[in-house]
Formats: sequence, C-alpha cells, structure tokens
Amino acid sequence: MDFSLTEEHLMVQKMVRDFATKEVEPTIRQWDEKAEMAPEVLPRMAELGILGISIPVRYGGQGMDYISLGLACEELEAVDTTLRVVMSVHMGLNSMGLLQWGTEDQKQRFLVPQARGERYAGFCLTEPGAGSDVAALRSTARRDGDAYLLNGEKMWISLATKAHNMLWFAKTDPDSDDSHNSISAFLLETDRPGVTSGDIHGKLGVRAGSTGWVNCQDVRVPVENRIGEEGEGFKIAMSCLDNGRYTVASGATGLIRASRDASVRYAKEREAFGRPIAQFQLVQQKIALMSQSYEMARLLYLQAGWRKNQGLRNTKETSMAKWFATDASFEAASEAIQVHGAYGYSNEYDVERYLRNARGAIIYEGTSEIHTLIQAGYALGLRDDAELRSELPAYDPELWQAETSEAIPVA
Amino acid sequence: MKIVVCVKQTPDTAATVTVEDGRVSWGDSPLVLNPWDEYAVEEAIKTKEAHGGTVTAISLGPERAQEVLKQALAMGADEAVLIHDQAFEGADVGVVSVALAMAVGKIGEVDLVFFGRASVDSAAGLTFAQTARHLGWPLLSQVAAIEELDPSAGKLQVVRLLQEGRQIVGSPLPAVVSVVKEINEPRYPSFMGIRKASKAEIPSWGATELGLEAALEPRVIWPSITQPAKVETTCEFIDGESAAEKGRRLAQRLIEEKVI
Repeated sequence: MDFSLTEEHLMVQKMVRDFATKEVEPTIRQWDEKAEMAPEVLPRMAELGILGISIPVRYGGQGMDYISLGLACEELEAVDTTLRVVMSVHMGLNSMGLLQWGTEDQKQRFLVPQARGERYAGFCLTEPGAGSDVAALRSTARRDGDAYLLNGEKMWISLATKAHNMLWFAKTDPDSDDSHNSISAFLLETDRPGVTSGDIHGKLGVRAGSTGWVNCQDVRVPVENRIGEEGEGFKIAMSCLDNGRYTVASGATGLIRASRDASVRYAKEREAFGRPIAQFQLVQQKIALMSQSYEMARLLYLQAGWRKNQGLRNTKETSMAKWFATDASFEAASEAIQVHGAYGYSNEYDVERYLRNARGAIIYEGTSEIHTLIQAGYALGLRDDAELRSELPAYDPELWQAETSEAIPVA
Repeated sequence: MKIVVCVKQTPDTAATVTVEDGRVSWGDSPLVLNPWDEYAVEEAIKTKEAHGGTVTAISLGPERAQEVLKQALAMGADEAVLIHDQAFEGADVGVVSVALAMAVGKIGEVDLVFFGRASVDSAAGLTFAQTARHLGWPLLSQVAAIEELDPSAGKLQVVRLLQEGRQIVGSPLPAVVSVVKEINEPRYPSFMGIRKASKAEIPSWGATELGLEAALEPRVIWPSITQPAKVETTCEFIDGESAAEKGRRLAQRLIEEKVI
C-alpha cells in the first residue's frame, strides 16, 4: 500500500498553501469581524484555476485528481473555512454533480464556464422547513410545455447572492406519496426573471463568507436545464453530498492542523511558573490529542479521495471522514483556545475563529447525528448502496489532462 | 531569446539552524527554492513572455535539487538541467561559478542569465559576479527593473537599486543580471505547470559533460563551524515625563553600569 503523495500532489499542496497564507491570511480577521467576504477571494481562486482543480481539462478544468481537491481544501481551511466553503458548493456539490449526472450538452453549457471560474456555482437543497428531512422539501417544479416553472425558497445557501448557477432541487410530483422519487434537479441560472436572493447575517461563524436565501417565483427554466430524469433528484442530491462532504472532511482536517500548530507555537512562547507552558503535561496532552485527531482525519479523507480516483463508491467512507473530522475539529479548536488561555478568548488570536467556524460543519452536509445513523445502517446491514444510473467518473490522468473537445466516454 | 536562470535549493528560512559536530543542521525542515531565486525565475519567464524564446533553469546541487528545478518548470520555465557530480561536493563559490559558466556555454547562444541576489544559507552573494567574470560578460546587479530590452540589437537597459538611489545602466547582450525583490511579484505555479513539471525528465550534467578536464579545487574551505554562546539579555525600560527627562535618566544608567 503506497501512502505517499506524488510530486504533483506536493506541488498542488504548496501552491494552494502559498496562495492562502500570502493573500488571504493577512486580512482574514478583519473580514471575519466585518462579516463580509473579501471581494478578491472568488476572482483569485478563479484566476489560479482552483475553482476547476479536479475537473477534466476538456471541461474547462485543471485535470488534477480527487486527492488534489482534498489537499487543496485542507490548505484552504487551515487559513479560513470560508475559502473551503467556496470549494464545497462550487466544486463538490455543483460541478462534480454535473460531471457525474450532466449530459454532454449540459457539461458544455454549465460545467465548462464553472470550471474556468467564469461562473460561480452553488447548491440549493435546504429550505427553511427542510434540512435533514430532504424528502420533505416543498419547492415545486411544474411542467409547462417545454419548460418547468420553479417556485420555492431555499435557505442557508452558500454564495446565495454570488453564484451564477445553482443546482436547484424541487418536487416535480408534489402530490406523490413517494417523496423520495418525486424530486427533480435543475440547473438554475440566478439571473432568470423571478429569482431573488439575500444575505443572512448574524451567524456564529463562517462570517467572512457568503450565506443567504434564494427564492423562486414562477421562474421558467427550459427542459434542457433539468439534470437527470424526473424523479431522480433525491439520488442526485445524495451523490452530490458524497462530494461536498469530502471537501468538508478534508477542510476540517486542515482546521485540526491549524488548531494544533497554533497551540504548539503559543505553548513554546508563553511562560508560566518559570518555564514555557509546552513543558507542562496537561498542555502536552491537549496537543498530542490534536495530533492524533489530525492523523486520523487525514487518513480517512485521503482514503475517500483514493476511492473516488479509482471510481469506487465511497458514500460510507466520505460520511465517516466528514463525521469524524468535523467533530474532532470542534474539539481541537476548543482545546486550542484553552492552551491560549485568556488570549484564546480574544479575536486577537485565530483560535476563537477556528471554534466558531468548526461548529457549522457539524451541522451542514449531514449533521453528525445523520452520519451516526448512516454508519449504524452500514454496520448493521440495514443500509445498502444501490448502483446509480451514473457514477462519478474515475480519475484517469491521460483522459483528464488531454486538451481536446471530445466528450469523455461514459461507461 | 535564450534565457538561463540559476537557482539553488536551500532550507526554509523558518528553519531553526543549529550546529552539530561542527556541521550546520536544519533538522527536518523542508528544503525550498531559494526565496531570492524566485524573483529571478519570475523575471526570466516574464522576459520570455515579452520577447519570445526559452527559459532554462539550472542548478548545481545534489539529486534532490531536482525538486527546485521542478518548481521553476511549474512556474513556466521550459527546460531544466541539474549539474551534479561527486567532484562538486564541498564546492566553494569559485567552483560553482566555473561549473555554472560552463553549463551556460554548453547550452549555447544564451542572451541573458538571471540570478537572485544571494542564497539564504551560505549567503555569499558572489556567485552571480564570479559566473559573469568566467563568462566574460557584463554583470548588472541589484536590478530592480528592466527598462529596455532589444534582443535583435543586443541592448539592455536596467534600473539598479543602490543605497544612494536608483541608477540607470545600459549594457550589450549577452549579460548576467542579478535581481532584487523590488523587480516583480513571483507567480504561483499553475496547475498545468505542475502537471508538466511532475512529468519532466531532468538531465544531469557531471564534470565530464561540462567539459571539465581537471578537478576544480575549492579555494575557500570551512574547517569548523561553531554556534556563538547564547547571551541572556534583560530589558530595562527607561521612563520619564519628557524625552529630555528620559535622556537624562538613560545617561545616568549608562554611567552607573560603566558603559560610558
């Protein structure tokens, strides 16, 4: 078993780390305090190709593998969660969903500009009244000739006011008893008449980001914008979550590392009772536990990334990685504050921001409670991964890096 | 244009440097592209983008120095060559600059050679000068901007950053240019560059390939290295109502401590 990262992986890791630490880190505290997204973040991530990192070159992307995506997310979130949230919605939930489920025409129309960073992408599943209970969503999509009319409200949507393209989930058959098979997915361009959006303020964390609501009032979308078949929406949403969760897991791993590294730095400098606090065993224990969590979280997400590269179903592994890493990152950040003492309680240091940011990830992309039930389901044989009509493409360096306009053959 | 940029692999500046058994050690700190050389690589690539041609990155070092050559390739250099030979172990600046000059000669028809201002480890800050001397080419150092470059006419005009101010200097081509950090903002490697660099096969030239007939003897050797003893310092703040008052009190303390 080869656990090493390739030269390519190491260079990707360094490049993303350099970008985040040089260009975002210096001012991130101010933007977090202002509760605004720094305006240059999205354009720079677009310019550097990060927004298309694990999409084939022929679809406008950079042709790197899924492990590179994970490494990039780890580096981004080590600086701030809001950078990784961009990747979660733009790449994980939306773009990879198009890569898996879109027709060739849809890939050309939507995925290519997204991968190039010319359009920002988001994911509209959650509603004010439906979070964990996805099947209870109330947005509707009524067929009207060669179009659908979308009505509904989505909430807690990242990049709500910034994304051009939203993957929107609504019931094409709202009166059906079978709620799991009555949902369909659509690619909604947010500049269509009838689409409104706004920002949500007052969040505990992820404040330097963009979270909001999106509302559709009789929005007309052509049939060509429906992703997958009518009634496939639930399955599509779940498979998109396999990719979104992967970015959350890898990002939270970066947060654990950031908490650990901050604690190590502080413990070496701060003195009490005549010596650096790094010499006290209870401080050492906190740091050791953070290292333990980091190594575990890292192995879990890399394994999930490896499975994606191989074209293997990874719902179980991604869920396990996300569940573990997010819970662990909250604990690590909390202990990092403790290591910092009173200074940890002040926004003069980063660790309080890590804690506030970490708390959100335990809720979104599947609450820890949902993941507990998922894993129990697998362990008890109550849950089976049925084959999907369309699987996430395996990584093939030659196919993905070839500069051509031919479609990638779908198995 | 044929452009060469000389780079070195050095420890990260964040590394803690210690002395073990008379030798310098930086523990398991990562090795990086010498930060000053990043500006040189960037300027070489920018010059190629403006005037056409190729950029070849060269480095004299052990096998692992290939990593920094790959960094240069990922940033946009077209080719890379490692200069590596047992005979170069323990090389001083003199030996390195002869080898680099011969490599430039072997590449042939080079118009410009870029260097950073110094390496962060040995920090001699002489390699660019000695290489220029061996090549017999003009040397432009402390270069903060290339104002004019006319490859067909073989002319170059630069701005040098001096303590006294800025100096405009003209030179024929070919020339050696050593740059300072004010000259540009080094780019990140692109993903395409990373893909190409990781696949690249970097040739290695030894003494024979360079055409060195006799072994080069270093004239500077480092017989032993010691770390200066750690000095314990205390800091005493001098207070006062006014600057004059503080000055009086400081003078008092200096006299008391027999400093003056």
